Amino acid sequence: MSTRAQPAETPPPPEAETEQAEPDRAALSAGARQERRLGWLLCAPAVVVMIAVTAYPIGYAVYLSLQRYDLRFPGRAEFVGLSNYGAVLSSPFWWDAFWVTLFITAVSVAIELVLGMGLALVMHRTIFWRGVVRTSVLIPYGIVTVVAAFSWQYAWTPDLGYLAELLPSGEAPLTEQWSALWLIILAEVWKTTPFMALLLLAGLALVPEETLKAAMVDGATAWQRFTKIMLPLMKPAVLVALLFRTLDAFRIFDNIYILTAGAQGTGSVSILGYDNLFTALNLGIGSAISVLIFICVGIIAFTFVKLFGTAAPGAEVKR
Amino acid sequence: MRAFAALPLLASVLAACGSDEGSGRPTINWYNFPDDSGALQKAADRCSQASGGRYRISYNKLPRAADGQRQQLVRRLAAEDDSLDILGLDVTWAAEFAEARWIREWTGTAKRQAVEGTLRVPLQTSTWKRKLYAVPYNTNTQLLWYRNDLVPTPPRTWAEMLDMAGALARQGKPYFVEIQGAQYEGLTVWFNTLINSAGGSILNATATAPSLGPPAVRAAGIMRDLAKSPAADPSLPNQMEDQNRLAMESGVAAFELNYPFVYPSMKANNPELFKNFRWAPYPRVDPNRPARPTIGGIDLAVSAYSRHPDLAFEAALCLRNRENQLTAAIEGGLPPTLRALYDEPAFMKEYPFSKDVLAALESASVRPITPVYQNVSIAVSHTLSPPSGIEPVSSVNTIREQIDDALRSEGVIP
Repeated sequence: MSTRAQPAETPPPPEAETEQAEPDRAALSAGARQERRLGWLLCAPAVVVMIAVTAYPIGYAVYLSLQRYDLRFPGRAEFVGLSNYGAVLSSPFWWDAFWVTLFITAVSVAIELVLGMGLALVMHRTIFWRGVVRTSVLIPYGIVTVVAAFSWQYAWTPDLGYLAELLPSGEAPLTEQWSALWLIILAEVWKTTPFMALLLLAGLALVPEETLKAAMVDGATAWQRFTKIMLPLMKPAVLVALLFRTLDAFRIFDNIYILTAGAQGTGSVSILGYDNLFTALNLGIGSAISVLIFICVGIIAFTFVKLFGTAAPGAEVKR
Repeated sequence: MRAFAALPLLASVLAACGSDEGSGRPTINWYNFPDDSGALQKAADRCSQASGGRYRISYNKLPRAADGQRQQLVRRLAAEDDSLDILGLDVTWAAEFAEARWIREWTGTAKRQAVEGTLRVPLQTSTWKRKLYAVPYNTNTQLLWYRNDLVPTPPRTWAEMLDMAGALARQGKPYFVEIQGAQYEGLTVWFNTLINSAGGSILNATATAPSLGPPAVRAAGIMRDLAKSPAADPSLPNQMEDQNRLAMESGVAAFELNYPFVYPSMKANNPELFKNFRWAPYPRVDPNRPARPTIGGIDLAVSAYSRHPDLAFEAALCLRNRENQLTAAIEGGLPPTLRALYDEPAFMKEYPFSKDVLAALESASVRPITPVYQNVSIAVSHTLSPPSGIEPVSSVNTIREQIDDALRSEGVIP
């Protein structure tokens, strides 16, 4: 609904801007030019830092991914073109890890969206103790992931943990692929639902009370108000929340690292990259995996921004 | 304000990182596993004193887990960090570090002193391509621990042990066999011990190709048989040394294959069970061939980037001399690498099983000595996990293919 309104409303301002900009550019005063240069100078340190901390490592990883480069055999380093990518993409380990990662991402984000929406509605409507409710909901998000993961791990270990006590004796859920995957998802959901809820709560603030009241007067049920009014109005917030969480979930590492270390077929692509880089010290293969993860993350972001019309972070939300 | 107050402190820390060259006395930085007993610090202090003011040894603690230790060392060595001098390497790293040219070869007098009186098997772990790259600091090996209130005579073979466990289960008594079944290096060690006990090995003699063969199939079969028998702890696929110790101490197990650290622990944590806690040699695969348990331990190497290599060799030899190894053995529970110490009354008193440890060490096996040991270990532990899913012939074939890849630095590791 809102997207269809966009083309009609938005074009005029750019046109007006360009009309003004044309004569400006032709006769840019010396002062304006100087100001522009100052602007660039002021930006420069940030640009340099960005290049140093992101562009350079990414470029170097791409370069390494085209080499046979094992730290243990410095003499054997050579340029091998795309063969590392061939090795990774033809390896069942990559595809196992890839499907596990997709599964964890899809399931955990879906659950988080539903739970997060519920929590956001509760936080939005709470009249009493609003601060306390919001703070307590946020506690899991405030705990360091590794620390939380350790407590989950102990909780599910037979003889040591209280949650394992609830299971029939002899059950060790972290030793089986499916139960371990669900526990990883549970840990992930427990940890990041508050973040989702927070983003959705911000979206809820976009919904005008009067519209809801008007709908109520017209006889809309609560469900109709939610699906026909709140959700469409919240769409930008929902999409941003989904984008952030999907990107994060795809890179899942810490929970798996602590809970199973990737054993029993629970490793994600990040775990695979870590093992190949830091355990096998194979910089070529490891970098190829990292670059592939980077490409996947890029595809996810592109899909959300272009196809679903998510507002890029920092961009103006058009409504 | 506080930030400024911290500046002098920061400056002194930075100065300490280099060395007190100003005072003319170089600092030798020793990086080793974190020791809580104080034995390592004591050794560093003694050797600093014994140097007569020529150097000072600073003992720096590495992370607790072996993987973390290796990562820190590798990261710093790859960056050619010259603040590392003596490195405490796990027995499986010397070949890797030597091949990467991160550690120096031991030659001349230093080599002679390192080899003299040192047990033969631990020395193999510090040798790569017939050159010596480290000096064995301590060693370690597993024994069979059991409860003599449940089994008066310990089993001699794996088959006997599984029968005994089955009989105990039928009588309703504790019967688990505790062993490292998690997907990590401990599982590789278990496999390595069994394959060597069956007369085989994982790699060929020159470490250029997998050897495996029928002994490997037998070894894999024994692991599967245990996992599928009632003797297996339900958490077997997630268990490491410490979980084994805890299970034994909690009284649910009859047998435990573990390192000697379990002995003082049982004494402290369950004095009642300790009365019946006994040890025996590692069970055999064949009744007429002794078991060949895999050794562990630490080797000391000198960094290729050390600014004081000569002093570092000297200091490393001092750190593992007779007196310091004895302290480490008695206070830290680390079995020494000097053969003569096993006749030392003080050590024998603290280590009632010292003769069995020595016997085990003399027939012990080492893990595959190759720069790609990590990959080999991952190939083995990944393929054999969980042990109940092992299909001996096809599992061994999978391990062979993955080791082939690893030896050529190709392929993705799981």
